[in-house]
Parts: sequence; C-alpha cells; structure tokens
Amino acid sequence: MDFSSFSTLTFLATVMAAATPIMFAAIGELVVEKSGVLNLGVEGMMIFGAVCGFIAAVSTDSPTIGFIAAAVGGAGISFLFVILTQYLKANQVASGLALTLFGLGLSALMGHSYTGIKPPSSAKLSVDGLSDLPIVGRLIFGHDAMIYLAIFLILAVWYFLKYTRGGLILRAVGENHDAAHALGYRVTRVRTLAILFGGACAGLGGAYLSLVRVPQWTEGMTAGSGWIALAIVVFASWKPLRILLGAYLFGGVSILQLNLQAMGADIPVAYLSMAPYLVTILVLVIMSADRKRASLNAPASLGRAFHASS
Amino acid sequence: MTNLLTLHGLTKAYPGVVANDDVSFDIGEGEIHALLGENGAGKSTLVKAIYGLVQPDSGTMTFRGQPFAPSNPNEARAAGVAMVFQHFSLFEAMSVAENIALGMDNPPKTADLSKRIIEVSGKYGLQLEPSRLVGNLSAGERQRVEIVRCLLQNPKLLIMDEPTSVLTPQEVERLFKTLRQIQSEGASILYISHKLHEIRALCERATVLRLGKVVGSCDPRVETNKSLAEMMVGAKLATPKKTEVTLGEPVLELDGLNLKSDDPFGVSLKEITFKVRAGEVLGIGGVAGNGQDELMSALSGEVRVDPQQICLNGAFIGRESPSRRREMGLLSAPEERLGHSAAPTMSLADNILMTAFDRQRLGRRGFIKRPPTTHFAQAVIEAFDVRTPNETVHAKSLSGGNLQKFVVGRELLQKPDLFVVNQPTWGVDALAAATIRQALLELASSGAAVIVISQDLDELMEISDTLAVLAGGRLSAPQNAADLTPEEIGLLMSGEVAA
Amino acid sequence: MIRLEPRANPSKTMVFLTPILAVIATMIAGGILFTILGKNPFEAIRIIFLDPLFNEQFASYARPQLLVKAAPLVMIALGLSVGFRANIWNIGAEGQFIMGAIGGAAVALAVHPLESVLLFPLMIIAGGLSGMAYAMIPAILKTKFNANEILVSLMLVYVAFNFLAAMVTGPLKSPIGYNFPESRNFQEYPSAHNAELIANTGLHWGVVMTLGLVILCYIILTRHIFGYRVQLMGQSPKAAKFSGVSPNWMIVICLGISGAFAGMAGLFEVAGPAGKLTTTFPVGYGFTAIIVAFLGRLHPIGILLAGLLMALTYIGGELAQFQLSLPAASIQVFQGMLLFFLLATDVLVHFKPRFEKRKTI
Repeated sequence: MDFSSFSTLTFLATVMAAATPIMFAAIGELVVEKSGVLNLGVEGMMIFGAVCGFIAAVSTDSPTIGFIAAAVGGAGISFLFVILTQYLKANQVASGLALTLFGLGLSALMGHSYTGIKPPSSAKLSVDGLSDLPIVGRLIFGHDAMIYLAIFLILAVWYFLKYTRGGLILRAVGENHDAAHALGYRVTRVRTLAILFGGACAGLGGAYLSLVRVPQWTEGMTAGSGWIALAIVVFASWKPLRILLGAYLFGGVSILQLNLQAMGADIPVAYLSMAPYLVTILVLVIMSADRKRASLNAPASLGRAFHASS
Repeated sequence: MTNLLTLHGLTKAYPGVVANDDVSFDIGEGEIHALLGENGAGKSTLVKAIYGLVQPDSGTMTFRGQPFAPSNPNEARAAGVAMVFQHFSLFEAMSVAENIALGMDNPPKTADLSKRIIEVSGKYGLQLEPSRLVGNLSAGERQRVEIVRCLLQNPKLLIMDEPTSVLTPQEVERLFKTLRQIQSEGASILYISHKLHEIRALCERATVLRLGKVVGSCDPRVETNKSLAEMMVGAKLATPKKTEVTLGEPVLELDGLNLKSDDPFGVSLKEITFKVRAGEVLGIGGVAGNGQDELMSALSGEVRVDPQQICLNGAFIGRESPSRRREMGLLSAPEERLGHSAAPTMSLADNILMTAFDRQRLGRRGFIKRPPTTHFAQAVIEAFDVRTPNETVHAKSLSGGNLQKFVVGRELLQKPDLFVVNQPTWGVDALAAATIRQALLELASSGAAVIVISQDLDELMEISDTLAVLAGGRLSAPQNAADLTPEEIGLLMSGEVAA
Repeated sequence: MIRLEPRANPSKTMVFLTPILAVIATMIAGGILFTILGKNPFEAIRIIFLDPLFNEQFASYARPQLLVKAAPLVMIALGLSVGFRANIWNIGAEGQFIMGAIGGAAVALAVHPLESVLLFPLMIIAGGLSGMAYAMIPAILKTKFNANEILVSLMLVYVAFNFLAAMVTGPLKSPIGYNFPESRNFQEYPSAHNAELIANTGLHWGVVMTLGLVILCYIILTRHIFGYRVQLMGQSPKAAKFSGVSPNWMIVICLGISGAFAGMAGLFEVAGPAGKLTTTFPVGYGFTAIIVAFLGRLHPIGILLAGLLMALTYIGGELAQFQLSLPAASIQVFQGMLLFFLLATDVLVHFKPRFEKRKTI
C-alpha cells in the first residue's frame, strides 16, 4: 500500500463533507420520528432534492437557489406522504416505500437531460487570517456554508426539542397521540409540519450530494444514503447531538474505505465498498440489542396511525 | 344555589348509535355532582362535549351565565373547565413538570412551574417530585399529576372520569379529602363513576344516564346501592350465587416464581407462591401495574419460566407453549380484548381458531375444518348470549361486554381444568358482568380451578373463595376471602404490610 | 367537507375495486405526465398497455416477454406477501435475488462442463437456499438483537451488489470472456440452461414453478392454519403470541420463504433470460415486486394478475422508449404512481367517505 498520499487533515475535512448529506437527512427524520411518524421515504426525498437542487442551480447558476429549491422540492414530495398517512390513514411503512420508489423514478426522469453537466461551485467560507491558521484553520474554517448549516441545524433541533414549548408538544404527540389529542393538541397538524421539515432536510442533504460532494447528477446517486440516515437515527437513540457522532462515524468509514481503495489496498474494491453498509448494520445491531433502552428512547407512538375516536 | 353549568337538550349521534339523546341537567356552584351510568350509557361523550373534545349535534350549554360551546379543550380550559381522564392523558417518558406544562395553556418557566407544583401539591396533600419520569410513578401518583395539572389553572369546574378505578381504598379516602377541600374553595366537581358507594359517600346530587338518556336525578346520600343500581341498569340484578363445593386436589401450584420484566416501566415478579385447588376461585387483587400482566403472561405461557416454578396437575409446565398448556387444560383470557385475547379485524369464527384449534380438533394436518369452527362459534354466541348478527362479523364491531362474553365463552366451552382471567368485567356493562361472574362461579362448581385477577375489589369479594394481593410484583399469602375487610385488603394493596 | 367514517367491517367490494381504480388513476396521471413531456398521452397509453399484446408488429416479440418478465415479479411478490401479511417487512428481495442467482450459478460453474439432468434441479435448490440464507441475516439480527429488518435487509441489497461485482471480476469470471466482468453464458451450457420450453411463448421452468407456487400459496394462505397464523401475527403480535405462535419463529419463517422465492427467481433469471451473471443483470425486480405484492392485495391470485400488468408496463415502457423516445425512467415513475394511488384508494376499504356540509355554529 502507498501511504504517501494520506494526510490526516485532508482526511478529516473529507469526512466532514461525506457526513453532511446524512446529517441533514438524519436530523430531519429524527424530528419526524419524534412526532411519532416513521417515514421510510428518506431515500426518495433525498434524491428528489438532489435533482431539484441540481436543476435549479444549473439553470440559475446559483448554488444558493439550488439549495432552496432542494428544500422546497423535498418538502413538496414529502407532502405526498402527508396526504397518504395523515389524511388517508395509509400504512406508514408501505407509504414510505412508495415515496422512495416514486422519488427514484421521478428524479431519474427529471435529471435525464442533466447528466454530465457540472453545477456552479459553492463558495467556501473563508475568514481572513483564521482559515490560514495551521490545522485548526483547515479543520474549523474554510468549509462551504452547508457544512455549518448542517451542524447548526442539529444544535437548533436539540434546543427546540429540549427547551421550547413547540418541542415539548412535538414530543408529546410522538409519545402518546391519544393523550395529546385529549389535551387539545392537533396531532395531524403537528405531524404534517414535522414531515414537511423532514422532507426539506432530506432535500438539502440530497442537494449537498449533487452540488458539492460529487458534484454532478447521476441516476440513483444517493446509493442508500437515505436508508443509512434512518439507521443513524436509531444509532443516535433519537437524541439530536448523537446524530453528529453517527454521521461522522459513517463518513469516516466511507472515506477510509475510499482512501484504502485509492492507496491500492490488497482487498478487491467491491469488498471495500461494502464497508459502509456493513458498518451500518453492525451499528444497528449494537444499538438495538438492549431492548429496554431501545424501547425507552424510541417515541412510544412511532409508526402507529392516529384516528381521533371522537 | 345558582347554577354553574346548565346543559339543555344535548344530542350527539355516531353512526349506528345515539350516544347522548336530549340530555339536560345542571350543576350548581360548589356542588359535587355525580354522573352515574353503565359502560356505554354516554357519560364519556357527554363530558367530552363539556371539555370541547366533541361538538354536540344539537343542544346548548350555559356556563357561568354565558352561552358555552367550546370547540376545543383550550377554549374549555380558558373558560375554567378542567378534566382528569380515566385513562390518564399522561406521557410516560416525560417528567412530571413537562406533563403538567402540556396541560396548561400558558405555562410559566420550568423553574417557576416546579415551584408552583410543589406549592399546590403541598397545599392539597398531593406529594409530587416535578423532575421524576411519569413512567416510574404508581397509578395513584399519576393521578396526582393529573389533579395538580388541573388545580394549577384554578378551575371553576373539575371533571373527574372514573378516578378511583386504579386506587386502593385508602387512596380513595385521601382523594375524597382533596376533592372536598377543592369544593370548600368554591369549585364544582362533576364526578363520573359506576361505583355506587363512592357516589353515596361523596356526592350531593346525581344524574343517572341510561342508553344516552337522562333517566333520573336523585340525592345519592339518601339512596341505597340497590336503588341506584336499578336506576342505572333499568332492571333488577341478580347477585351471582355459588353452590358450595368441597375443594379438591391442587390443580396449579406456583413455587417461587421469579420473572424479570423486559419493559422499562414494567414490574418484575418476585417469589410468587400459591396453590389453587379444584373447585376454588382464587381472587388476585391489586392496583394496576403491580405485576398483573406479567403474572398473566407467565401463567398463559406467553412468557416462559423455569419448568419447576409452575406445576399443573402434577406436571411442570414452566417451559410449555400456550398451545401445549391449553391441551393440558390451562386456558386463559388476558385483560386487553382487542389485539390480545381477540383479533380486531377477524371474524368471530376466525377468533375461535385463536385458542380452540388444537384443543377442539378444528383441523386435520393443519388444514382448517370450517364447519366445526363455525359451529363452535355459534355455540359460544348462543351459550353466552353474545349480541351479534352472526359469527362472520369482525370482533371489533362488538361492544365491550359482548366481546368479553365471547372471549370468556370461547374458553369456558372448552372445559378447562384451570381458567385464568385478568379483569373479567373491565369496561363491561352490568348485565354482561353478572353473566360472566355467574359463569365463572359455575365453572368452579363443576370442579375446575379459577384464578381471577382483578382491580375491582367488590367483584373479588363477591366471587372469590380465597384472596391474595399483588403489590410491587409480590403476592401476599392467599387468605379466606370472607375473613378479610376492604381496609385490610387496601393495606395489602399499598404494599405497606409484608405478606 | 368530506369526513372519513370507519367501517365496522372492511368493504369486500372495495378490496377488488380499489386496484382497478388505482390503475385508472395512474393512467390519467400518467397521461398528464406524458403531456408535460410533450408526447401524445393517448398514443403513449396505447403503446404501453395495448401494443405489446395486440399490435401485429410487436406482439410476436412482446407476448413471450410478458411471461418472462412476470414470472420473477410474481415469484418474488408471492414470497414477500407472506411476510407483509404478518407485518414483517423484507424489502431486500433484490439482494436475495442476486444471491440466489450467484449461488445457483456457482453450482453450475463449479461442475462445468459436466452434463447431467440433475444439474438444473440442483441449481434451483442452491438458488433458493442461497436466497434463504441471505434472508436469514436480517431474520437472526431481528430475533436475536431486535435490529430493524427493513433497514438491515435493505443495506444487504447494496452489499449483494458489491458481492456480485466481486464475483464476476473474481472467482466466477468467465475464463473465455476476454476479461469482461461476467460469468460464462448458460445459454451455451445445455444442462444448466433454463431454456424456453415451447418456442416463442416465453414459457420456461421458472414460469411453471411460479404458477405452482401461486396455487400452493393460495391453498396454504387460505386453508391452512399457517396462513391463519400469519394473518394473526399481522393483526397483533400480542394476539399471535397468546394464541401460541412464536413471533420469532414467524419472523424466521416469513423471511426464509421470501428469501427462498427471491433466490429461485434470481436463478431462473440468470440461467435463462439473462444468460449470465453481469453487474447489470439485476434490473430491480426485487423492488418492483413490492408494488406487485401490494397491487395484488397480498393475495396469490391478485399477485399473479398484478405481476402480468406490471410486466406489461415494463414491455410497453420499452416500446414507448423506442417509439416515442420516452425516457426509460418514466416507466419507473409510472409504477411508483401506481403504488401511491393504490395506497390512497385503500382508504375506501376501511373508511366510508361522507360528504357533509360544514356546520355553522
């Protein structure tokens, strides 16, 4: 193997970039699940966001508009899930799968004529002086704005859930929707908002892939990131700050295997490419094994349909 | 006395049933008013209308002299109505303070709220620790959370829906003291219950509902249990009778049963030891959440234990599956009907297959024999007077009482050696309850052993030969039921005396 | 204002009617989509749904394709439907399909060029067992460690893709394939070839097996206590446990069945229509089968019909791609919409819509 090309600093910076799409998607899904809804359509919303963001950014030559379009697109497609599960009382698992299959198809259709184009590049945040600091400068400053937004979003969700009235109501709805209804809270409305937020976040995550990380549009480019985001929510035990940890862990594994590939490790590429998925499974197993803890942290109404009896 | 709340001609219909039919009555200022009626009489719908959860089809309400038509609970609370729910509207994974904040429209900051909680709970003798998780509280403590949540808003009218169903007799006494204190401060209380002696002890006036209609109004303090019951049911009730039998050999013996609970808020069973003999009805009392569900699943076989800890007719069955136990003569009926003892969206005939397939030989090589299954379902429906068009309707379309008769009937027609039932008459109307109790007694008279787990002390006193109490996962030593007073049982229920 | 009122008993009529409603709604929405794409919607619908069957020019090619494409969809969907009925969500059928194909193919490649009538049956068994073994991973992780079977089975699809890539570039690479990432061609290996049984019908052993499984599943699911227990588990695991069913066993069995069916489908595909293992031979049958299972109402006969319909959209989609230059992905959108509309119309089975005037209070 050839280690000469390896630099810890570059490695950490790429890990942060690799973790960002999943961070967005996972923090969005965490809010959705905290409200008691299991939306398995993350992958579909993500890829739809990726294509919306890409098209908007290319046509306006502005990555910012691209990201806005991605968030709107993600929320828009998640509204289909809202209609199915909140108003038509459809099964959440099936509806989530439908959303994923539909999102994959629709994005492929929309992105059909956009393959092979380069999107406008996103500006790196650079603070004079600070970014040039050794190590710290590279690590903390000098990333694109979305990396900071992802971290900010996680902190914001953490604060929202822990310290605000809105967060309390959201958790209450996810914990016991019948009781929340009896106290006069609008279960369906709270959940609708949560699902739309989750959709917008997934859309941002997808656009980060197509506009920054890759950056170009290819069919099915999310390659399971949405599903991994779902697993990271379990890994995080529904605690926002742990999403950060989970996403970096996952980003680390993906970048490590890519580096090993690049350095010509003695393992066939295909086996290395399995690593992120196998690690995800491993993490799921470890976090779910303690049933007592798992059932204590998971929102008690997760995945159960709500129909007001009165 | 001036009226605080007046209801006039309130009507609310659901498809196929009129829940409230032209209901009119009033509640005076500072009055404790009872709303009395059976399950399904329309009490819940009525209070939901007052609390803004249900909008009546027609009729008017006047509250403190103003027209009153709350379209949601927030409006009702703002007007001065507070409610304590029967199935507590609490969130287990949240703290006491968070739970209370959720029931208020403009809660103060957490620190101030905690201070006020301690203040109010001190004043009314309802000790609470604001930072504890509700999931870790006992039923009595949970009720305190609900009451404090109401009191913090200085309500003019406090609605209490079946507040004592999970309390020990001592806790009921304490609750009554609190309610009288609230009354002395000028608030009115609408007290809903089907427990007659409580209403007679507490309330000054009672309105009786039957099948959605007001059928009478009285001063419960001058009535008897019997006269109230007849007003409520509209028919004379026979007390279940037991023919004397000499008790036979032990059918079931538990020897130091231990079971760790998987549920974070569950209860572990500790050293449960008892015997039931042929012809005996063993009543197991206790407040909900003290190990009843766990004991039930250990007996039914849903949870396996060490083989020697459970002995049925001389065989160690701790490891046997529920189906194997049925074949050996142990049949059971858990508390929750829809989703545990019955499958909600399966026909009654299909529900027969749940427990009778093997024992009643309703199949050959695994293939279901339809005609005998249908016959068995029809036999249950007939023998237990289950009110249903036929055996093809779904279980969930039956009323609570009818479904419970079906579930109990399904087991009893299979002639068990031992029948274990949890909450046999919970949420069941009085006539169905009487039918079920009578059937349990007849089963015992025929020489089978019966274990009745129940939170209804009156029921246990009525049908048990011996009585034991579950508290904190421990079972007191079974004693002759006739020798026990409700006070003694209450002490056992609170776990304050060692078994 | 429309209010949903729960029905006491689900409507039997609606169970049959809603899939038809969903298909019609999808055609309308699809027509709108095609219009947006600048195509004549009526022509597009005709090409997708009618031409493959009735147009002289294409039918001779398309009709046999119907069975070829429907067979794997139906076979996989049958297996999935057993689990779905019990609320056990194996969505990794695509991975089990791939592993079945690899496992079955490996048997043949190991003994090549031995000719024997026993070889093909052996390959089927190996394919089924490989798919089943692969499905045991989520089953065991679920029962032993409580890990969500949806996520695990899905992750394993990506692992299977990579495993396939490793196989066709490594141990199973054809020695005569000019170093292309592909296996030997089974169409050139008579004992291992899943050939057409009657020329120009598309009928191969996989189709025969599929029809057999439809009948078997129909009998087991509607007449046998196992089918009853599956349904009970789907309604409430607690009720199933009380009845004496071990939920863990149920998870293992349901995942095992769906894995075995998907694995066999993979073997039939690779040994017949696909011909060889390549990185591109899995075309998403494992995911489309999820739609087939729902569209068929998790009922074997319904799945058979739904599978044929879905196969038709595949073939018609190819025709439309070539005649109208409709993008390939539009058919994927079409299938996705179908599932959406089906789930949306499903509400009519359990609820009755009531139209009422908004009350003025």
